[in-house]
Amino acid sequence: MIRFTKVSKHYARGGPALEEVSFNLRRGEFAFLTGPSGAGKSTILKLVYVAERPSTGEVRVDGKSSVTLSRNDIPLLRRRLGVVFQDFRLLDDRTAEQNVAFALEVTGTSESHIGPKVARALTQVGLASKATALPHELSGGEQQRVAIARALVNDPLVLLADEPTGNLDERSTRGIFQLLRDINASGTAVLMATHDLSLVRETQFRTLEMNRGRMVFDSAADDPGAQG
Amino acid sequence: MKLAFREAIRAFNRAPMLSMLSVTTIAFSLFAFGLFGLVALNLRNALQQVEDRVEVRGFISAGTSPEAVSAAVDDVALFPEVGSVKLVTEAQALERARRELREFTDVFEEGLLPASIEVRMKPGLRDPETVRTVAKRLENYDFIDDVRFGEEWVENLHRLRNIATGAGLALGVTFALVAIIIIGSTIRMAVLARSREIAIMRLVGATDGFIRLPFLIEGAIKGTLGGLLALVLTWIAVVVSGRWVLQVQFFETSLMFAGILAGAGIGLLGSALSVGRHLKKV
Repeated sequence: MIRFTKVSKHYARGGPALEEVSFNLRRGEFAFLTGPSGAGKSTILKLVYVAERPSTGEVRVDGKSSVTLSRNDIPLLRRRLGVVFQDFRLLDDRTAEQNVAFALEVTGTSESHIGPKVARALTQVGLASKATALPHELSGGEQQRVAIARALVNDPLVLLADEPTGNLDERSTRGIFQLLRDINASGTAVLMATHDLSLVRETQFRTLEMNRGRMVFDSAADDPGAQG
Repeated sequence: MKLAFREAIRAFNRAPMLSMLSVTTIAFSLFAFGLFGLVALNLRNALQQVEDRVEVRGFISAGTSPEAVSAAVDDVALFPEVGSVKLVTEAQALERARRELREFTDVFEEGLLPASIEVRMKPGLRDPETVRTVAKRLENYDFIDDVRFGEEWVENLHRLRNIATGAGLALGVTFALVAIIIIGSTIRMAVLARSREIAIMRLVGATDGFIRLPFLIEGAIKGTLGGLLALVLTWIAVVVSGRWVLQVQFFETSLMFAGILAGAGIGLLGSALSVGRHLKKV
């Protein structure tokens, strides 16, 4: 579903960010993207949601190739993806449910569908009781749950999480991680960039390790089913 | 569309100070332009009134037959540059002189002032060159003694008009440019203040057109409000000026609408440019 073929990314200033990265993420799969800061984890995620385009190579997401994808196709592709970040990126002047509804409103969902979908997403992340709270009235973990609900509300194929627990304490981290596992268990693929190795070690999920722009380790490399 | 309107209104409510600042900036830019417009309008009207008085006068020799004169009047009326021709008889000339120069009433005697043909030019054909041509043709009639049209005066008036038009255009363009630049930058501020929101919209898959729409609406509303405010300010300026300085003419209704429409247009254009640039960058 997500396939990188010899993808390199060079910035005009700052040099190479990715060098010949190839991997394949299948439908419903959970994979960690690990490595030190600046290794290229965020760049990979940006290439998936087309905030960046590869310098060379090809990124295919849900059958759409980075080579042929037009500017007008990008919004449609992004509706099939959910993205969450370390800093949540919520709108401060809107309640939890308004933040979630925002993702539906701006993609033209009819109003009668918005209410039930938002309620379902907030229930899924365990925040149904705080639907009318503003972001600053919520803890960090709760804010990240709102962001996850917003990412989920369009029923994405894959949830891209860029250091989702980077700003959270131990307990909230556990909670968010469990939530991501639950989401994956219900069929959504998850690609999670993190440098929290304790999370990586305690599960058997696939791990893609980055270092200086290269993919130095893929735990599924021995599994023929994960390649190709 | 409904959502776009709601978002535009929300933007107003969220940053009322910034919105007010944008509206006032637009208003003052347009106000400066409006004041200049008023000056230009009134100057043009004043010049027009003076120009309306440009006339060529041919004095008729005493004893000319009325038939010859009347044939000449009909003839002159057919000149393409000529707006109207009037025959002023000796009696009418005397009466007019007595009326206009009361203190000399007893000096004027019958037969002192000659009859004349008074020619007024068509609007737009009152430049020295054309006036001189008509004067020359008038001189060709045998019974015309003398032709006068205040040559120097017509030339000065013409020069004044050219200067006023040139300066007016230059100043007008400058004012309009300044207004557009100022308005563009206030709208740019509004766009930057919402860059986070724009980023999130893009992330969840909103199209550029969808993102742009609330900004365009917001820009048009701000521009319209700015235009209205500018109109009120200009009107106040006219009233104040009328009371203490000098009576001036205000814009016609169509010009007022044009002004407000220009405000809306500038707001719309400024927004479109600012958002477009922002969207291209991120």
